[in-house]
Amino acid sequence: MDIFTQQLINGLVLGSIYALVALGYTMVYGILELINFAHGEVTMIGAMVALSVIGLLMGAAPDLPGLMVVLAGVLVAIPACMLLAFAIEKMAYRPLRKAPRLAPLITAIGVSIILQNAAMLIWGRQYVSFPRILPEARHELFGAHITDLQIAIVALSLLIMAGLWLLVQKTRLGRAMRATAQSKEVAALMGVNVDRVISATFVIGAALAAVAGVLVSAYYGLAHYYMGFLLGLKAFSAAVLGGIGNIAGAMLGGLLLGVIEALGAGYIGDLTGGFLGSHYQDVFAFFVLILVLVLRPSGLLGERVASRA
Amino acid sequence: MSLLEVRQLKVAYGGIKAVRGVDLTVAEGELVCLIGANGAGKSSVLKGLVGLVQHGGEVRFAGERLTGRPTHAIAASGVSLVPEGRGIFARLTVAENLDMGAFVRRDRTAVNIDRQRVYELFPRLAERRGQMAGTLSGGEQQMLAIGRALMSGPRMLLLDEPSMGLAPLMVQKIYETITRVAGEGVTILLVEQNANLALHVSQRAYVMESGEVTLHGASAELMSNPQIRAAYLGE
Repeated sequence: MDIFTQQLINGLVLGSIYALVALGYTMVYGILELINFAHGEVTMIGAMVALSVIGLLMGAAPDLPGLMVVLAGVLVAIPACMLLAFAIEKMAYRPLRKAPRLAPLITAIGVSIILQNAAMLIWGRQYVSFPRILPEARHELFGAHITDLQIAIVALSLLIMAGLWLLVQKTRLGRAMRATAQSKEVAALMGVNVDRVISATFVIGAALAAVAGVLVSAYYGLAHYYMGFLLGLKAFSAAVLGGIGNIAGAMLGGLLLGVIEALGAGYIGDLTGGFLGSHYQDVFAFFVLILVLVLRPSGLLGERVASRA
Repeated sequence: MSLLEVRQLKVAYGGIKAVRGVDLTVAEGELVCLIGANGAGKSSVLKGLVGLVQHGGEVRFAGERLTGRPTHAIAASGVSLVPEGRGIFARLTVAENLDMGAFVRRDRTAVNIDRQRVYELFPRLAERRGQMAGTLSGGEQQMLAIGRALMSGPRMLLLDEPSMGLAPLMVQKIYETITRVAGEGVTILLVEQNANLALHVSQRAYVMESGEVTLHGASAELMSNPQIRAAYLGE
């Protein structure tokens, strides 16, 4: 088996999930210049809600095909996360819209802790496993293996990203979002209800996060109240890598980070003579983050530099 | 009855009182200017009118109270402000900027007619419609800002220093447009530091000094007022 091709495939799968989450960070940053640290937890809540629905459905209707069950889980998780993000923005961030920038940032960290603890109370401390109800066929591709699930993850993510791109570039709401990101005052002068656009931005990001949460828990076969932390940090790194505030950047950064991580994990053993193993995988995201911040703080596609908190 | 009625408008930034009780009216179809030195509070009056800054007093437009309404609702009621420094969306195309101007309008045919009209008024914008607005020159950006405001099909246009930072030829072009738009029946309140220009195109004028209106009257009369000639027309 070709390790390079295999890790490239694994990286693209992981990367497309990172990209979905990174988009939520970057869209909110683009409009509010706020790093919404609670976004990783929204992803986690998406996974947890979906798993609860999946569990319930499997008990209530054991004959339903697995794909349908998971789909139902996703379809409940999406509105749940949208509602959650709407509430977070309205209750935690909106009152601080005119406060010094550190205040909403610290609030975001607070919201993230609250969500983690709430999830722990609801779903417990233990890992929740993702039932093996999805088709698991493996295919050969350029001398490597790819599963049905991996294909589905990449395809679905790309489809969602294309949809988001169309929404942002071609629709009235998308134009209002881009205008608001450039100047809230002037957008309001055009008749844009800025509060509503900001809500929409959070809600759209949360919908992507919900899908990403389900995909990542399906991929790893489990979910956990703490899973949003690392996933969120990596997705944030991906957003910074691509240029935070830039939507195409988040997509590129996510995919790239996934590939870097997978290739790094695949070769780190050989490169260090077995001293470091593939469990050092998580190091790469942060290594990349540091490199980007040192060498190109505005990211690959970014123009503006995040000069403040 | 006046289209715009402003009573005792007050604007303060922290402890600093920028506008200290301004009364002002603009009748339907009129072109009125508000002149005064830098820092007299002219721009703050406009910002107060459209709710961009908190203000006291009362603002009525076409009989409806605007005071306390959010900016986007005021914009939807037919008042369009062309802000100081133009405020174009640099990372949207020229065409997208114009579309933003028509954001609250649902009548596509009427919007298309207005778009054609703006492109006729400023052929330069038509040539550059696919370009990012940030790549335009200062004068072109001012054209875009005015064109964008016209796209809202406004009953009233508020212009904040449209001549600022522009070459004389461009200033002339912008003022020709303002006169033309006024001639088409759009009511205009023009804020301008260049008193000479403003008094020439307007019917009535208000003069502001340290947050208060100190003089007002017909523009032709103010132009021959020795005080004005000394203070604002450089004689």
